Amino acid sequence: MEVLFENFDRYLVGFWMTLQLLLVSGFFALIIGTLIAMLRISPLGSMRVFATAYTELARNTPLTLVLFFCAFLLPYLGTDYSYPVLAIIGLSFYTSPFVAEALRSGINGVALGQAEAARSLGMRFSQTLIEIVLPQAFRMVIPPLINVFIALTKNTSVAGAFFVVELFTIGKELANANGDAVILVLSGIAIFYLAITIPLGFIAARLEKKWVVVK
Amino acid sequence: MSNSVLFDAPGPKAKRLSRILSIGFGALVIGGLGYLIYLLAREREIFNGTTEPGLFDSSRWDIFEDPELWGFIGQGVINTLTAAGISAVLAIILGVIMALLRTSNKIWVQIPTTAILEFVRGMPVLLMMLFILLSFSTGALWAVVIALTLYNGAIIGEALRAGLAALPKGQNEAGLSLGMTRMQSMFLVQFPQAFRQMLPVIVAQLVVLLKDTSLGFIVGYPELLRSTMNNLSSFFGSRYTFSFFMVTLAIYLTMNISLSIFARYVAKKTSSVKN
Repeated sequence: MEVLFENFDRYLVGFWMTLQLLLVSGFFALIIGTLIAMLRISPLGSMRVFATAYTELARNTPLTLVLFFCAFLLPYLGTDYSYPVLAIIGLSFYTSPFVAEALRSGINGVALGQAEAARSLGMRFSQTLIEIVLPQAFRMVIPPLINVFIALTKNTSVAGAFFVVELFTIGKELANANGDAVILVLSGIAIFYLAITIPLGFIAARLEKKWVVVK
Repeated sequence: MSNSVLFDAPGPKAKRLSRILSIGFGALVIGGLGYLIYLLAREREIFNGTTEPGLFDSSRWDIFEDPELWGFIGQGVINTLTAAGISAVLAIILGVIMALLRTSNKIWVQIPTTAILEFVRGMPVLLMMLFILLSFSTGALWAVVIALTLYNGAIIGEALRAGLAALPKGQNEAGLSLGMTRMQSMFLVQFPQAFRQMLPVIVAQLVVLLKDTSLGFIVGYPELLRSTMNNLSSFFGSRYTFSFFMVTLAIYLTMNISLSIFARYVAKKTSSVKN
């Protein structure tokens, strides 16, 4: 147990970086994802094609390859960012299509009759969307969005392999330094990840139950 | 939701406007892509005034004429598919076991299974790989396979459990009333239906699994990414890094998109059975 207490400050350093990666790339993924979702349901054909191509490309590329591109090729091509920033670029790119899909399925999940009813009451497009469709879509979107962020939390660990000092890197470093206590050291790392993912999962499950839409 | 419900059907004027806007946006995107390609393709000036050939210059691609090189890349693809194949089979088996344990009516089976499941689902797969590699010294292949099996097995197990829960109660009751034991009813009546219902989810999860084999890059398993971006790229030098990246990306996209298309096909097939 001593290993854990002695290196507690190292753990906190890693945890702080993991949290930063999660929050910043989560924020950008949310923005890009919303844009992509809007393009995907837009009435303009070329926007839909662009959004679909972007989604397919980003979803079918392994995260390791994306982060490799950010960590090695972006500097080679002449960008001049620090490694955490490069990792954030990669993680935002990789997460954004999942955000877009969650949003899109939420909007698609609102029963057609709702919008039809609103229209037949004489509501305008903006009224229908703002007062009828979006409030219902919001409820359906939040649980899957939380799941996207849980996945993002776990994915930040991959950034650890590309020169970002976060929990995974700290785990590797401490495991190498304390060969006799590998299980203990890595369990400590696992606890920090679980401290983020399990409460989030719990909230998602609660909201899903609470907000279930009876059709 | 189709857009037509949200607003009135567009008239000839609105249709023309939206066509013009659509073409405008398309032109913008194509122009942007063209500019990007131009930027990548032009000669690059490096610090002391010397120039480097552009990224699509033939001097950066000549090594790909060598069949031996493709042999190495092929070996990487085979290693990726091996790891993915073994873990897929094991993950489905584990998923079935997990679903059985989770639906057990004995509380001393249910609680530990749920705890293990939450633990496995909340952990980064990469951390699991490192853990297995360091504390059981299994070698890189098995570290990758076991971690992927545990993680995806847990997800598939949950999917199967949801499939079982969605079945009408009468299915199990009919089985029992025919004199089947609980196990027989589970395996002969419920499971085949749940499996079929959840097949799209399972295949979609296998796409994730295939993508995640690339984490083997980090724990030292010579899969596709490691063979191209690490071994070959450091052998041939940084001049070829971009070319190797493009080739690797193309191979991954081909593999994953074909599996995704298969997943969608399966989803369509199974949903048409229901209706």
